[in-house]
Amino acid sequence: MAAPSSTIMGFVHRRRRGAELFLLVLALIVGIGAYAAVGVGVQGEVPPDILGYGGWLVGLIIGAHVVIRLVAPYADPVLLPVVAALNGLGLAVIHRIDLAKEAAGDADGFAQQQLIWMTLGVGLFLVTLLAIRDHRLLQRFTYTSGLAAIVLLLLPMLPGIGRTINGARIWIHLGPFSFQPGELAKLLLVIAFAGYLVLHRDALALAGRRVLFVDLPRGRDLGPILAMWLVSLGILVFQHDLGSSLLFFGLFLIMLYVATERPGWLVVGGLMFVGGATLAYVLFGHVRIRFDIWQHPFDFYTAEQGGKSFQPVEAKFGMGWGGLIGRGFGDGDPNRVPYANSDFILSSIGEELGLTAVMAVLMMYGLIVERALRTALICRDAFGKLVATGLGTAIALQVFVVVGGVTGLIPLTGLTTPFLSYGGSSLVANWVIIALLLRISDQARRPLPSISDDTTAISSDDTQVVRLGASS
Amino acid sequence: MNKPIRTVSIFCLVLFLALMINATYLQYWKAGALNDNPLNRRVQVAAYSQERGAILVGRNPVAESVKSDDQYKFQRTYPKPREFAPITGYFSYYGATAIERSRNSVLSGDDPRLFVKNFVDLLSSEPPQGGNVTLTIDAKAQRAAYDGLKGLGKDVQGSVVAIEPATGKVLAMVSLPTYDPNDLASHDLASVARKAQQLNEDPTEPLLNRAIQTRLPPGSTFKVVTSAAAIEKGLYDADSKVPGGVTYQLPLTSGPTGEIDNEGRNCGANGSKIPFRQAMEQSCNTAYAQIAEQVGAEDMAKTAEAFGFNQHYFDDLSPQALSVFPEELDKAQLGQTGFGQFDVSATPLQMAMVSAGIANAGSVMKPYLVDEEQSADLNVLSKTDPEKFSQAISAKTASEVTKLMVSTVDEGTASPAAIPGISVAGKTGTAQTGTDDTSPYAWFISFAPADNPEVAVAVMIQNADIPRDEVAGGLLGGPIAKSVMEAVIK
Repeated sequence: MAAPSSTIMGFVHRRRRGAELFLLVLALIVGIGAYAAVGVGVQGEVPPDILGYGGWLVGLIIGAHVVIRLVAPYADPVLLPVVAALNGLGLAVIHRIDLAKEAAGDADGFAQQQLIWMTLGVGLFLVTLLAIRDHRLLQRFTYTSGLAAIVLLLLPMLPGIGRTINGARIWIHLGPFSFQPGELAKLLLVIAFAGYLVLHRDALALAGRRVLFVDLPRGRDLGPILAMWLVSLGILVFQHDLGSSLLFFGLFLIMLYVATERPGWLVVGGLMFVGGATLAYVLFGHVRIRFDIWQHPFDFYTAEQGGKSFQPVEAKFGMGWGGLIGRGFGDGDPNRVPYANSDFILSSIGEELGLTAVMAVLMMYGLIVERALRTALICRDAFGKLVATGLGTAIALQVFVVVGGVTGLIPLTGLTTPFLSYGGSSLVANWVIIALLLRISDQARRPLPSISDDTTAISSDDTQVVRLGASS
Repeated sequence: MNKPIRTVSIFCLVLFLALMINATYLQYWKAGALNDNPLNRRVQVAAYSQERGAILVGRNPVAESVKSDDQYKFQRTYPKPREFAPITGYFSYYGATAIERSRNSVLSGDDPRLFVKNFVDLLSSEPPQGGNVTLTIDAKAQRAAYDGLKGLGKDVQGSVVAIEPATGKVLAMVSLPTYDPNDLASHDLASVARKAQQLNEDPTEPLLNRAIQTRLPPGSTFKVVTSAAAIEKGLYDADSKVPGGVTYQLPLTSGPTGEIDNEGRNCGANGSKIPFRQAMEQSCNTAYAQIAEQVGAEDMAKTAEAFGFNQHYFDDLSPQALSVFPEELDKAQLGQTGFGQFDVSATPLQMAMVSAGIANAGSVMKPYLVDEEQSADLNVLSKTDPEKFSQAISAKTASEVTKLMVSTVDEGTASPAAIPGISVAGKTGTAQTGTDDTSPYAWFISFAPADNPEVAVAVMIQNADIPRDEVAGGLLGGPIAKSVMEAVIK
């Protein structure tokens, strides 16, 4: 009986930094190669700044790799390469849309701005890795980050700095900078939820009434989930932000379920979600219209019909036009879709790089989620498990909501596609999320301190004694 | 906590699988339907940016794509725009008409028969090229028809169609007023939209191809069909005598509304018999009303339909108007149909087919406009074989009707079409419009040489700058028909 347990205790994760470096080279080939392909496809030549651009990307990514070697040597080796590939591909596609906009006469240089944001993102990524040597420190900031998240979510409602863009009041403007505080709030909420749930999970796990094989929670424990439900509804009602509302509530529900191991919470939360969604559909015109557009996209396409579904229908046309292998960079017309470089960047990829690339991108997101959940499984402390699960599912839910919306699987909501979409707040926040995941995985995969080596030695001795005794 | 984390992983896996299945559905299963959606501009822009094949008359293009420096890469141009507009149609950002539309698959290069060439082009990274379409049009005949019709004045509305009787090849097809397809093919989309709206709102309907889309009462030219029906039935031959008269009271009628006359032409006294030739030469309405009654509604309809009335027969352009010979006629209406009035109506192409059918010993050939389809490297993809539409009348009947038509040119109302040294068969028509303030429609049909016909022509003039009293099919249409026939024969 003791033998297998001793093997588990004795299992030491390898650092795998060499594997990470190899994968990073592949990721850089994707990013820089895509940039060169855009130049060849659209302008007929490799972009003259390819060396500077490529050098910059290599510098950022290899810099991140070196810092990981120094401060988080046991961190997961797959996350950084996947993220680097997605970010590089995103930059190339944004550059491609820039060129299309230039041809149409309005140049904005989004790709350059995005590269600056990426630099800032990698910078904060490094700061996070360097400053937070142990993720458990964050548990101290449970309530601080909860409060900060709520303040951030409320900021856009303030007159003066809050802005309504495309019907959603989720932006703040400070001088020349605009920022979507919801992206950062997502990260803070995960920390706050995790800290809170670690403390209260025992109480929340107490069973109440049993209905159809499921133990429902006790009525008096419904406070937190009810509060989160109201916050989500508030985001939907006052900020018109369907995507974030769905994301935050789903995130909380899943973390609650993981913390308490009670499927009953999923039943309660699911019912609350259905109730809230129905209520929103009945009460709010903008929700109803979203739903109708999803059901009958072609009925709202033309200007006479209001043109409300122009964007999703054009995205569908684009993806259909792309087919299996895509038109190739420069041979599609992705710029027909409004916001082709942010919310709808996946339709741009689908049009010019085809289903093949869409599948590859989804696989990469799947890998990120898989690595995050794997980290949660092997993490030794409850707080780390919850944070890793929360961050992983946040990315999964966000990808599902935005990609599902773009491809017409669910009603369109409006969230950024992590690492691909143009948008500083999202990119920076997501880099910090990856830094946290790397930190947790480094802690989880790191061998136990040497004191446990002795224990292992002793216990294996014991095993031998037992085995000899048994054979005699 | 590991058990719920594993459950959550499976949940995430389901989410991603759903996304992947939906993406595959969208980009693979549904891609075809999305591409066929008329709202989908991408497909149209791509089509618009392609190097389309040329539409050729002989070896000369009447529509071709030339390189342009803008985003659409190729500009469609029409070297003889107004003359050929009813045939080529236009190819614009917003759509296409006529041959540009009906032969789009070859012109655009999407035709499956061009697959191998396109595949080779793809491998050698040459842009795919559309195939060419060769028309049956005779450039000289087309020019003669266009110039002749235009010569009637600047506000003329009308059409000329010429057919090769033995094959059904359309040698000329002109419709006025016309338009410049270059204006609609322009890459300046705002000006295209303006121009299109202007053309659509123009009361003279320049976008209409009057050769196939306008049907009007054929008037006395329909007497050719009545004659053919009567002779085919065995009632008369070219040398027989037929009932004549200054006036004729239609059956079931009384008073002036049911009384027809010949506008002063010599058609014998009431109750007398006149030679068949005279009835045709002088275009005697009184005679033909009585002949139609003798033939009967059923046989009249049978002959008319054998020539193409109430039938679809032209595939190369669309839409086309159906020429009508009415059903369920009473005796008075039947009499009127005998000289092409009441509800009889025909397109110019239909009347050209009547003329060509008589010329080709009663055998009516299916008219066609596209001779060959070629790949861009000039391999012939298809060549249209002449196809018989019907044996409308016997060869014997056809030769009798020919005799009547020849003497109408030699001695009668169709004399303006006479060509010295060549025997020409023809018939005029002047159809009443029913209102006094609009001019009657002038018609003329003919073929030549009468003994070995090479060309059959129909001319229709709907409206021209000519005083109402002077409109007569022979005077207006005869010279045009003559010049078209000369262009083919000489």
